[in-house]
Amino acid sequence: MRTTLIIAEKEIREGLRNRWVAAATLLLATLALALAFVGSTPTGEVAAGRLTVTVVSLSSLSIYLLPLIALLLAFDTIVGEAERGTLLLTLAYPVSRGRIIVGKFLGHAAIIAFATVFGFGAAAVAIAAVAAPSAAEWRSFAGLIGSSVLLGWVFLSIAYVISTAVRERSTAAGISIVVWLFLVLLYDMGLLGLLVATGGQGVIGDITPFLLLANPCDAYRLLTLAGFDAAGSLTGLAVATEGMSPASPLAALILWTLAPLTVAWGLFKRREL
Amino acid sequence: MISVIRTQGLTKRYGAATALDGLTLDVPEGELLALLGHNGAGKTTAMKLLLGLTRPSIGEAWVLGAKPGTQEAVALRRDIGFLPENVTFGDAMTGFEALTFYARLKGEGRNAVLDLLERVGLAEAAKNRIRTYSKGMRQRLGLAQALLGRPRLLLLDEPTTGLDPVLRLTFFGFVEELKRAGTTVILSSHVLTELEMRTDRIAILRQGRLVACNTLDGLRRQAGLPVRIRLKAPPEQADSLARAAGPGSRITFVNGRTVELSVDAGDKMAAVRNLAAGIHGVEDLDILPPSLEEIYAVFGSREVQP
Repeated sequence: MRTTLIIAEKEIREGLRNRWVAAATLLLATLALALAFVGSTPTGEVAAGRLTVTVVSLSSLSIYLLPLIALLLAFDTIVGEAERGTLLLTLAYPVSRGRIIVGKFLGHAAIIAFATVFGFGAAAVAIAAVAAPSAAEWRSFAGLIGSSVLLGWVFLSIAYVISTAVRERSTAAGISIVVWLFLVLLYDMGLLGLLVATGGQGVIGDITPFLLLANPCDAYRLLTLAGFDAAGSLTGLAVATEGMSPASPLAALILWTLAPLTVAWGLFKRREL
Repeated sequence: MISVIRTQGLTKRYGAATALDGLTLDVPEGELLALLGHNGAGKTTAMKLLLGLTRPSIGEAWVLGAKPGTQEAVALRRDIGFLPENVTFGDAMTGFEALTFYARLKGEGRNAVLDLLERVGLAEAAKNRIRTYSKGMRQRLGLAQALLGRPRLLLLDEPTTGLDPVLRLTFFGFVEELKRAGTTVILSSHVLTELEMRTDRIAILRQGRLVACNTLDGLRRQAGLPVRIRLKAPPEQADSLARAAGPGSRITFVNGRTVELSVDAGDKMAAVRNLAAGIHGVEDLDILPPSLEEIYAVFGSREVQP
């Protein structure tokens, strides 16, 4: 455990040093604040509270942004170190490859968590200063932060698979972009097309909830929006997932974090230098 | 004597290319073995296999009693120091941070870090980012990390590249000191002159195969290279000197009052006796055995059975 934490600490230190932490936190805070104060203007006075409106707009934004931040942060974590030659040296030390993967992941996971909690938290604090959100609103905002962190971890985990599977940094970068495009944009478009074509009837209609859970971005959407009424009614997502408990998307996101990480570990164990 | 390293037919293939071909080697505790060979001869591959960084295609290896790559071997890396060729560190870190990171992985404390930084002459630059370091400074930092934790086995891949002559001496000072304390050292180098007097044995790799592994004297015998005798004598005596030196001798060089003869290694003593007898006006005599460069040229380029 000690060596795992040493590796994690080094990742965090490097994240702080190369301004990754600062940049990600600042970016998330700026967008959250902008959405909280500017983004809610067009809605005027609706039943939904200010914090709720922010949750909805923030979650739609996080779906694009957090995966991108996570992929950028971690796509070269193994392949980059292998290319630079630093991996060779670390692997000559008394630390197993499993611990290196887990340690690095813990470090990156902490960076994502820090950036999300403080970035979005800044917006929450600012809103609380001008409006008085209800306890339920606070809960949903906390839920948003929690699931956003989890979404970030999912994409970190995916980045680890990419980073351990390829031999060149540029290949990893290319695959990351494709993965991002597919999971964040194309998958939903495909699913929507399928639903329109079949009219949502038959097998497709039946398996739609599972198809949604099969994509971490959709699972995230289900978790943040369908979890409570006000936001659900703003997005219309609730219709697709009638009767689904929030535990399912949560389980899907956790599985999406652990499974790729396990694959990355397996690939890394077999990797030759 | 305990073998710190033992390999049996160790072979590594990358596709159709064979990087290391059937390496069988025994390195006893406390030995300093030099690994020589052209680029691509298999030196680095051998080190990677010993560290478990890559798996052998065929053959086996034992390092400190464990097979590389096993869990037991991972724990034993605490006792191994490794300096890779062209060592690199995270550029954003300072020298102190980088060395502290590696020290902690070996369970070493801050004092060990400060001590090593001092010894490799990086104490002042320790607070600077590695990005600002020269090649020599990076190499010194690499050396410092290899020496962490008083290793029982040191694997050094081209350790003196980028070091100035003074630092080279300092480096070999460290190695000697560790060797006296019982550390086994394997080092590869291109600078043959600096190895000549320091190694116990020299292993020469050629296209992945071990073509020779012996002491310097043993290699000289195996190579069968002639010994050169440099004489201070009147140049007009050169021909009669060559005759006196024995049937296999010939003149290699005449300049001023210096005459150089080449003599078969086996005839050396007889030649010296005849030349020193004084009848040819010899005032002084130096024996120049074949240098490691010359020996290396023999083994590195032609087929020689070990």
